[in-house]
Amino acid sequence: MLSFITRRTLLAIPVLLGIMIVVFLLMRAIPGDPCTSMLGERATPEACVEFNEANGLNDPVFVQLGIYMKNVLTFNLGESVRFSRPVTQLLIERLPLTTELAMSALFIAVVGGVPLGILAARKHNTAVDSGTMALANIGVSMPVFWLGLMLAYLFAVVLKDTPFALPPGGRLSAGVFPVPYYEAWGWNLTEGTFWARFNEYIANHYIFDTFITAQWAIFWDLIRHMILPAIALATIPLAIIARITRSSLLEAMNKDYIRTARSKGAKESRVVTRHALRNSLLPVVTIIGLQMGLLLGGAVLTETVFKLAGVGTALFDAIIGRDYAVVQGFTVVIAAGYVIVNLLVDISYGYLDPRIRVK
Amino acid sequence: MGDQTDPNGTPQTGKSDPLVIIKDLVKEFPVHGGAFQRQVATVNAVSGVNLTIQRGETVGLVGESGCGKTTLGRTLVRLLEPTSGTIIFDGQDITHLKGSELKPFRKRAQIIFQDPYTSLDPRSQVGTSISEGLKLHGVKSKDERHQRVTEMLELVGLQASHAGRYPHEFSGGQRQRIGLARALILKPDLVVADEPVSALDVSVQAQVLNLLKELQSELDLTVLFIAHNLAVVEHVSDRVAVMYLGRIAEITSRERLYEHPLHPYTEALLSAIPIPDPDRPRNRQILQGEVPSPINPPPGCFFNPRCPIAQDGLCNVDVPKLLPGDDGPDHLAACHLRTGDSSQLTVNSSQAQ
Repeated sequence: MLSFITRRTLLAIPVLLGIMIVVFLLMRAIPGDPCTSMLGERATPEACVEFNEANGLNDPVFVQLGIYMKNVLTFNLGESVRFSRPVTQLLIERLPLTTELAMSALFIAVVGGVPLGILAARKHNTAVDSGTMALANIGVSMPVFWLGLMLAYLFAVVLKDTPFALPPGGRLSAGVFPVPYYEAWGWNLTEGTFWARFNEYIANHYIFDTFITAQWAIFWDLIRHMILPAIALATIPLAIIARITRSSLLEAMNKDYIRTARSKGAKESRVVTRHALRNSLLPVVTIIGLQMGLLLGGAVLTETVFKLAGVGTALFDAIIGRDYAVVQGFTVVIAAGYVIVNLLVDISYGYLDPRIRVK
Repeated sequence: MGDQTDPNGTPQTGKSDPLVIIKDLVKEFPVHGGAFQRQVATVNAVSGVNLTIQRGETVGLVGESGCGKTTLGRTLVRLLEPTSGTIIFDGQDITHLKGSELKPFRKRAQIIFQDPYTSLDPRSQVGTSISEGLKLHGVKSKDERHQRVTEMLELVGLQASHAGRYPHEFSGGQRQRIGLARALILKPDLVVADEPVSALDVSVQAQVLNLLKELQSELDLTVLFIAHNLAVVEHVSDRVAVMYLGRIAEITSRERLYEHPLHPYTEALLSAIPIPDPDRPRNRQILQGEVPSPINPPPGCFFNPRCPIAQDGLCNVDVPKLLPGDDGPDHLAACHLRTGDSSQLTVNSSQAQ
């Protein structure tokens, strides 16, 4: 198992290097340059020469790439031209929100999608089945931004002043700030060290932070703000997971070992959960891993609609502003996340299917 | 093995009460179609089967693909709900039992499936698969279950250490042995063997068949052996029932069936058995046409469109009953012309060679 993980981690290195190079070159291939988007009207040729010189943009592209790669290998992702701050600092601030959003959406998608798929498969060829699958088709075809707007309209405007009202955007109500756990627990952290920044990063997962420090009022406020964006983001993966679960379970239910289990005298619930479901989970888990890419892509739209300051909005702004370092840094981190999730999925195969375990 | 001196062909012999009595069993499957999945037709997989199985005997059930053998077997062990008719098992009507009422019967009737590659849960260790039945039927002690699994594995010629392996680590023949162990661990009275060897290599078939025969005498099993291979059936059965399109065409002791078949369909089947001798003269009866669709079976005797001796106005009008022929009460056939069903009992066995 350890050698498998090592091998897969090593294999991830060329993938990430490739992504870095492609994103680096793509950013420079698209029209527009950081100078004009930064300086606007004041971007005279002289000013731009100075600007480019200051930001190392006058060097040949491959020299720039080489310098960038060298920096990345020392965990220096460069500095944002627009914010004049290190990209890592931006990531510390922005990534936790997106992680929480994606995880909440994934949670909703799995908890909703798998039972719906089971229900449809158990009621195969009935109105329940057709209804569920029709809903799933609608869900797959639903544009995230439109659904987000409709949800915000429904819960923040139509249901305003009812117990079901939910905030239409933002991460927290105005004026509320969670206390980081290291402050709540009185840890003494030296500013600027790796350990301090790591803890800052962890504490920026507000839902996690308020949960472990029992700041319940803020915790519920966070959850209330998270519900709508998470639902909007979860719709497509939920529908896909429901469909895959259904077809995979239907296939398993037709196998002889299901009849075997019935002839042993097993109850139907046991037949479904112990024999059919366990055998049909493999494609479902694969899909869940692949959905991570969709979730991170969808996060850009969802964060824009719900005015959340996450990776998605930052990435969007950075692309518009030709903020090369931010685009590159964020893309590499997202890609690394995707690679890690799929590594976890591959490891779980071994647990789910003994035939894969043997190798 | 069953008492071959008394080939109990009919219920009338009644030496001891039979283990299974099937009466007028019908199993239909709805066919759905159209945009709203309405029922558009019915497949008559089993249409009125009568069959009695004595304790300890092996009844072979033969017939070509799609004739309802498997459906009959699955309905008998109540994996399928019969549409009508009754199944009496050891004096108890089990036709429409549900849920927990069915559980005692589940313990006593087991099925062995055709395909050993799909009948074992690929995610369960073999030992777990074998012992699950014990667990479900109240053997609480883990040690006892382990003990019985070990015994069973050794009984079918595997090793106790195999219990911790997964099905994909075994060959087809080994898997079918595991299937046997799984079915027999509950010490059932009735085993439905649904083509247990047809998915196996010929070299392995004999092993599994002989194992099944050994275990049968050891454990005092009653077996319904479903097959399409007449040579295999001849090897294992005491009595043989021939099925055609959801009905039993003929049933009698093995010897009598092979030597003196009554039903024209049986004759055709027997003449199709390959003989490994190129010089021996063959008198093959090649049946014309295809098996009619069970969605839309022909009127009268189901076999009449393909039957070489069918009489117009009789065979395509009346459904023949399963009645004794001219050689005793335990040789039953469903043929107007070969049994005492009608006055035309003139076509006799001379034609049946």
